[in-house]
Order: sequence, then structure tokens, then C-alpha cells
Amino acid sequence: MGVRTWFESWPVYRQLTGTDPLGRGAAAMSRRSAELAPRTEAADSMARSVCPYCAVGCGQRVYVKDGRVTQIEGDPDSPISRGRLCPKGAASKNLVTSRFRQTKVRYRRPYATEWEDLDLDTAMDMIADRVIAARAATWEDVDDEGRPLNRTLGFSGLGGATLDNEENYLIKKLFTALGAIQIENQARI
Amino acid sequence: MAECHPVGFQWAMAAKERGAKIFHVDPRFTRTSALASTYVPIRAGTDIAFLGGVINYILSNELDFREYVLAYTNAATIVSEDFRDTEDLDGLFSGYDPDTGVYDPVTWQYQGHEPQAAARDTVIERETASPLQHESHGPGVSWRVDRDETLRHPRCVYQILKRHFARYTPEVVEQACGIPREKFDEVCRAWTENSGRDRTTALVYSVGWTQHSVGAQYIRTGAIIQLLLGNIGRPGGGVLALRGHASIQGSTDIPTLFNLLPGYLPMPVAQLHPTYSDWVTSICHPKQKGFWHHAPAYCASLLKAYWGEAATPDNDFCYGYMPRLTGDHGIYKQVFDMIDGKIKGYFLMGQNPAVGSMNGRAQRLGMANLDWLVVRDLFEIESATWWKNSVEVETGEIVPTECRTEVFFIPAASHVEKEGTFTQTQRLLQWREKALDPPGDARSDLWFFYHLGRIVRQKLAGSTLPRDRAILDLAWDYPTHGPHDEPSADAVLREINGYDVKTGLTLRTFGQLRDDGSTVGGCWIYCGVYADGVNQAARRRPGGEQNYVAPEWGWAWPDNRRILYNRASADPQGRPWSERKAYVWWDGKKGCWDGYDQPDFEKTKPPSYRPGPDAEGVEAIAGDDPFIMLGDGKGWLYASSGLLDGPMPTHYEPPESLVRNPLYGQQANPVRKVYDRPENITHPSPPEPHVGVYPYVFTIARLTEHHTAGGMSRYVEHLAELQPEMFFEVSPELAAERGLTHLDWGHVVTARGVVEGRVLVTDRLTPLPVADRVVHQIWLPYHWGPNGWSRGDSANDLGGMVLDPNVLIQEGKCGTCDVRPGRRPQGRELVTYLNDYRRRAGILESHHTPIITTDTAAESYRQGRPDK
Repeated sequence: MGVRTWFESWPVYRQLTGTDPLGRGAAAMSRRSAELAPRTEAADSMARSVCPYCAVGCGQRVYVKDGRVTQIEGDPDSPISRGRLCPKGAASKNLVTSRFRQTKVRYRRPYATEWEDLDLDTAMDMIADRVIAARAATWEDVDDEGRPLNRTLGFSGLGGATLDNEENYLIKKLFTALGAIQIENQARI
Repeated sequence: MAECHPVGFQWAMAAKERGAKIFHVDPRFTRTSALASTYVPIRAGTDIAFLGGVINYILSNELDFREYVLAYTNAATIVSEDFRDTEDLDGLFSGYDPDTGVYDPVTWQYQGHEPQAAARDTVIERETASPLQHESHGPGVSWRVDRDETLRHPRCVYQILKRHFARYTPEVVEQACGIPREKFDEVCRAWTENSGRDRTTALVYSVGWTQHSVGAQYIRTGAIIQLLLGNIGRPGGGVLALRGHASIQGSTDIPTLFNLLPGYLPMPVAQLHPTYSDWVTSICHPKQKGFWHHAPAYCASLLKAYWGEAATPDNDFCYGYMPRLTGDHGIYKQVFDMIDGKIKGYFLMGQNPAVGSMNGRAQRLGMANLDWLVVRDLFEIESATWWKNSVEVETGEIVPTECRTEVFFIPAASHVEKEGTFTQTQRLLQWREKALDPPGDARSDLWFFYHLGRIVRQKLAGSTLPRDRAILDLAWDYPTHGPHDEPSADAVLREINGYDVKTGLTLRTFGQLRDDGSTVGGCWIYCGVYADGVNQAARRRPGGEQNYVAPEWGWAWPDNRRILYNRASADPQGRPWSERKAYVWWDGKKGCWDGYDQPDFEKTKPPSYRPGPDAEGVEAIAGDDPFIMLGDGKGWLYASSGLLDGPMPTHYEPPESLVRNPLYGQQANPVRKVYDRPENITHPSPPEPHVGVYPYVFTIARLTEHHTAGGMSRYVEHLAELQPEMFFEVSPELAAERGLTHLDWGHVVTARGVVEGRVLVTDRLTPLPVADRVVHQIWLPYHWGPNGWSRGDSANDLGGMVLDPNVLIQEGKCGTCDVRPGRRPQGRELVTYLNDYRRRAGILESHHTPIITTDTAAESYRQGRPDK
């Protein structure tokens, strides 16, 4: 590196001689920072999404590269949020990529003190058996006066306000067809 | 709003920049207060006294928007001569039955309508929270009413309202709420001066408002003010609910709730709806006005969506398959049934009751007595791990090696790993595109429930049991795709929208649904979200390229209308009330309604239209009836039906209070739902003795940096760092009284539990002079539990379950408590500590506050039965 090059790489020199007298732009950049590009530019794809926290419904843009979420930003097109996100919405990438995220089925046997592993298909099969058994054991055809009941009070469900409409629709449809009327969500609390 | 809906609050700030005044009413000075024009402190649980004072100010000064009130509300309607008010009966309306604890509403009816209410069973209505059906429409009344357009008749709604609120004076507001006279006057002046032809005022509440034993009546009080001032159906007006979860509106519209079906159709009740025709007739209310008249089409189309080809007109569309309610099957009842061993299995889907629900101990003890529990979440939330690290494991109330509950944790896909719609707080559906596949075993709830249903159907295939017909005949063939056979959310949304059975073409509007089985419609109010075969919820025309209503961003129910009842934004002749507030109007040249929004009115019905004397349903809506879902087409200042605890809001103290009701002998809501259980003890409240054992008021709310029960925030590093620890706030005066030191430990005690945290001594809380004493309020955030990056005690362990009778939501925002310095006791000592308090309060075994505290109950009962 020549003396001149060295001198010109000095931010104060650039600040005093260049177009950035306040030193808040080009003058303050190193080669590394000058070459930085936002992750959003390098993304393989972008999905238009909606913030999962409160019910304002802020628009999100979800950027993915190499099969990983690399950035989640406010969607400036949204007439609701105009590109803004609150602290929670801005932490959405952290939410979906959190190291605490549990991605394996966990199973606690009766009277056990620790979790154990379980295959997803086996778990689904076991749960289906338990639904059928609980329903059979608690089925009510009619009430005392012979009026139809067609129901089970043997199992129940809670949750839905964080789910999609399509999911809630299938849950209610399935529970109703199974005769399971005990289904509630956050709207009741 | 700045705390919990910060990005929505930008619009309040934008209005402030343009000169709007923002008033913030809250027990605690928050970040919203800091940005408001005026902060108004209030004693928790006294909102009806405060807002009732505003109503009194409006009526006693005749500041209502008279032209709007006369034309668009029921102010002129004459009420039954047998009606008696709380003013006459010391806090009860006529018709209270002390044996059942509910009202017979027959005397509340409009004059001449009394017989219509005679057959109602308000006991079962309370048990099944049936008023919740009215979220999309008003309850049925006939539209033929007697009116006095001069508003002078002593029994017209206007005069009844005026008398009812006459004692809600500024002095009473000051005495009940602790709001200084000058602040109250400032609110009244600003609200009334900023309403009328040229101006509108918005009332915004967060759904903590619903969490009271009189929650529905809180909102009614706000609605009455907004109707009196002409602020409903107009731009910049309204009563706006800020809901707390991404799709909590959606999960009410397409309910995962025990008492509702999609589109607010009621779940059948065994006693009331044994046949299809009983069920349908109970919904469509013959003789009323409005679109609810078409209920048979909505009902038939839903059953067609459920049972497909098996559902035919000949078999009443398989109505016989429908399970029936017999009473209260809500979550609180369920929790006690779990404790009693009546419920075997429990699915949790993105909800964390061990932390998020009131009375956490009861929630956890219930789960510890199940056969099996399935938890679907992103993280190992406390509702999945209570068997190894809960307070009850500490105290020995849950012993892991003796607890039989089998727990399945099935990891869930996040919002970016699946596609589908959320419905946000203003009924707007927005479709999310999927960004990537979920990791490992994580799956969407669409996947989980579709495949669970598929496997159950496989296992039951060939069954000849009658009870299995409903599940085997179910229309459950959704296309799947991808390596995990993910069902198509798009196909489900099409079914929700509805389609013509023959052609398969999606419908454009719920007016196309039919009652003959020729249409499928999974949720009638969502019909149109897939109009023209296009996913309208996925529309994303940038806001900057549209008018301010932005009708081409997403899709709002019904029919993409962004402001409900917006016919009221024009005067009776169809002209905007003012140019400044023009929104929709009648275009006489084109012969149709026009405007910035989709008119919430029949497009070509002129303002001059008048129904014939025998008209019903839609045909009966006059050209100047904006409230098209209400039986008389009017906004209701007085609700003759639909609410179980009175036709008008009345101030009652919370079930746990420190003071006597300053207005009536009746202390608390006489219709509230109480569960008398040892796990659910309520503290003594005046006029009972021992109120001083729990001498302070606590209220619970959220922080910006955390979300509800922490399941989506305590596991997120950035958010846990921003709010790393459980704390609670007290005023300097209370700190001095109880020896609490800023940033040291302290704990809050109730009969239900004890919660520790760091003490934050702050003048954000103010001691309030109320009646002849000072009320200290303590504020706690409720986000914590023992898991995640940021851990701590759960504030909801303090609360009990006393419910609003209309919707069965708990009193969660105010209770009484004690507060002490230092950490709470651990292990068995904790149980002893709680019992010592209970013993001193005389409530060791079980206790709820007396339901009736006035001598007028017998008189109310007698007055409610004029002809018996």
C-alpha cells in the first residue's frame, strides 16, 4: 500500500476532502462495509406474510436463502403497517429460528420423570387410538328425556387464535363430526 | 394501544399530528399515556360508572346528534309499561329470579313485544353464552314498534336512558372511579365537541375490557355514547376492539368455541333444538328485518360443507349427526371437570393455559388428572412441562411418579412454514404465502388435524355403530401435496367461501347461498373471500396506489366492507352528513349507493324505500335503516334482548372489591357466573367482613416486548433481553405503606396463589381517593413461567374464575390482594402461607361473594311477572 492510498483510506481525510463532511456516509465506510449488501438482496425467495403476534395484521416479507429464513421485514406496501414492525414483529426471524425451537416429537409416559423420543407416525397412531377410546368410553346417545345428544365429553381442545382460519375450520369440523363439543380458544379468556 | 398494538398506534399518532386529541384511560400510566394528550387514571373495574357519567353529560345537556339519534337508533321506541329500572329496584332490573340467578326479560321488551320473550330460557342462554352469537348481528326483535318521534314519552328509550344514568354525576364518577372532576369534564367536553356532522370520535379498547364480570356491558356503554354522538358507521368513528392474537377474530368467526359454529350459527342445544327446523327457526326469527332472515341457506350450506353428498334435504342435511349442548361446556367448566377426572384427553393448539389462563393452579391440577394430553407448539411451553417444573411440583401437589397423564408434544410449524389466512382485528383476512418447509417433525395444524381425522376414519372404517356415521360420512377429501402430504389450505378456503355443488364454481356473496342443498358454504360471512375463483385475501395492491380505505388489500367480511353499517355515514336522504366526513352516499343519477368503501346496504335500494306492512327480512329494511343486521334496523341504545344482565349497562363493583357500590345496594353483577370450588375461592367483598385481609387491588396486563403467555416471546433472545424478568409496579405511597424497596423482591398474595417478582416503585400508579378511603392498585405483567430464556412466576396464578354471564369470559382485570416485601415461601410452606391468609379472611375451604346484596330481589321477581 502506497502512502497516498494509505492516506486516502483514512476516514478523516475523506471526511475533510470528500462530499461527506459530517462523516455519516461514504467517508465512514471501510472497504468491507462498502461492499456489504443487505441479506434481502441475496435471498433465494421472498414470501409475503403477516406478523404472527397481535391482531393488527402488519405485513411481513420473509426472505429465505439456502433453506433458511435470513430476514423478516415489514412490508412497505401494507396500508395497515406501512412497513413498520414493533419489537415483537421485528423479532419474528428470531422466533422462527430460535435455538429453543423443538422440532422432534416428545413423549412423556405415565408416571415418567423425563421425556423420551417417539416417531411422528407412531405418535399420530397412538393419539388416534386414544381419541377413539375416549369417545367410546364416554359416548352419550340421548339425554334423560330421549332427546338426541350424539356427543362425547371425554376429550377437549383449547387454542385457535394463533392458528389459520383454515386450520380452525378443520378442527371444528373434525371435532363436531366426532361428537366432541368441548373446544375453546383464547377468545374466551 | 402503544404498548400492545404499537404499529396500529401510528394512526392515532398521525391523527394527533393533525390536531386530534387523544385521551388515555387506564389504571396505570403506560407508553400510551405518555403519548396521549391527556391521561385519565381510573380505578380498575369502574368503567361503566365513568362512561355512564359521559352518557349523563350528553343527555342532561342534550348534546346528542339528534338527527342521527332519531333516524338511526331506537331512541324513540316505546318500552313495555311493566319495565322497572335499577333506579326503582336498588340495582336490579325487573324480572330477577333469585333462585336461578337470571332475569326473565319479558318486561324489558318494546311495548307490545312482551309475548315474544315469554318463551326464552335465560338459564340455558347463560350456560351456553348464547349472546356471543350476536357478534355478527343483533338478536331478533320484530320491527313493528311504537315510536314517539318527539322523544318526550316517558317510556321511550331516550327518556328511560336519561333517567337510568341521571345519578352518574361528575361527583359519583369522582367517588367511584377516583377520576378528578376537571379531568372528567375535559373528556366530556372533548368527546361531545368532536362529534356531529363535521367531526367524529373513535373509541378504542383493548380486549382486557372483555375480561370483567360486566365485560359485555362495558362495551355496550361505549356503544351507547357512540350512537348518541353519531359516531357509528362513519369514518373516524366506531367502537374499535384491539384484539390480542393474530387471528383471534378468525377463531371467533370460524370458531374453535364450544357454543358456536362458523359464521356465529349457534351449536344446537338438546333442550331447544331437537330438530333441524327448531334450530333454523331459532336463528332466522320470523318477523324481523335484515339478512339473518336467510339463515336457512347459511345452515344448509354449512351442513353440506360438513357432510357433502350424504347431506340431502330429505335427511335435513344430516342435522341428526350434530352433537348437542346441554349447558355450560366452556373452558372453565372443563378445567373443573378435568380436576374431577371426567375428561380423559386434551388437545392444546398454540395456547398455554398453565401460564395464560386465570387461576393457573387449577389449570395445572386439571392437566395432571388427564389420561392424555397433546401439546402442539413451537416450544416446550409450561403446559407441556407442568409435570416436572411447576409450582405444584414444588409444593408436592403434583408428584411426577404418581401422575398418570401421558403427554405428547407434537412440534408445530411456524407462521412462515405454512400458508393460510389470518383475520386481523378489523375483520380483514390476509393470506400468508409459505416461505419454506417446517423443520424436523414440525407440522401445520392443518396437517395434524387432517391426518388425525384420516387415521381415525381409517380405523373406524366398516363400523356399523350409529355414532360413527357422522365421522365416516364426513366430507374429508382434501388434496394434499409435498413430501409430508400437506393438505391444501387453498382448497379449505374455497370450501369456507362456498361453491355451487353442480358447477363447482365459487360463490361471490352470501346472497347466493341456498337452503336446498345446491350450495356448499363453510362460513357464510366469509362468502366472497374466494369470489370469481380468486383468493381475494391474497390481494396486495400497495396501499399507496389506492384510496385510504385500501379495498384491494386483503378481504374483509362481509362483502369486503371495511366499515360496518356505513349507510349511517350518509343522512336519511342518502347525502353525506358533511363533505368532510363523506364515505358512502346515494347517487341518484346512477340509482345506486357509491363511495370509498363497499356500501353496507343493498346497492340499489334508495333512501326513500319503505317496506310494506307485511314485509320481513331484507325486504323490511327501509331505505334509511342502516343497521341491517338488527331486527328493527336501528342502533340500540337500549337492548331489549341479547344481554342477560340488563337492557342497559349498570355500574356494579367487581366480585372482589374493597368498597361498597356507591350507586346501588346491589354490589356486583347479579347474573355473573360463579364456580363454587375450593380451587376457586373469591375474597370477601363488601358488605362482607374481613375485606382488609386482601387490602389492595391488582390488575394484570401486557408488555410491548412480550406476547400473552410468553410462548412466542420468552424463547426469543431479543425479546427476553428487552424484558428479562418478572416484576410488578407499585406507587411510592404503597411502597412506603408496605415497606417495599425499588428493585428488591416482593410478592403478591391472593387466595388462589402467590407470585413473586422485582418491585418497581413508580408514580405510573397513583393512589386513588375512592369513597372514604384510598385505593392502592398494583400492576403485574403476566408473561412469565418457568421455561424459556426469561423466567419467573405467572401473574395469572393470582386470579379466579368469575364470569360475565353473556359470553362466559372471566373477571381477569381486577381482584384484591396483599403485597409483601421479600421472596415468596417455597414448597409446602407456600401452601401454609396461603392457608394462613384464607383462615384470617374466613375463607379456608371455599367461598364466593354473595350474589344478592339488596332486599329488592323479591320485588324484582314480582315486577317481572306482571300477568302471572
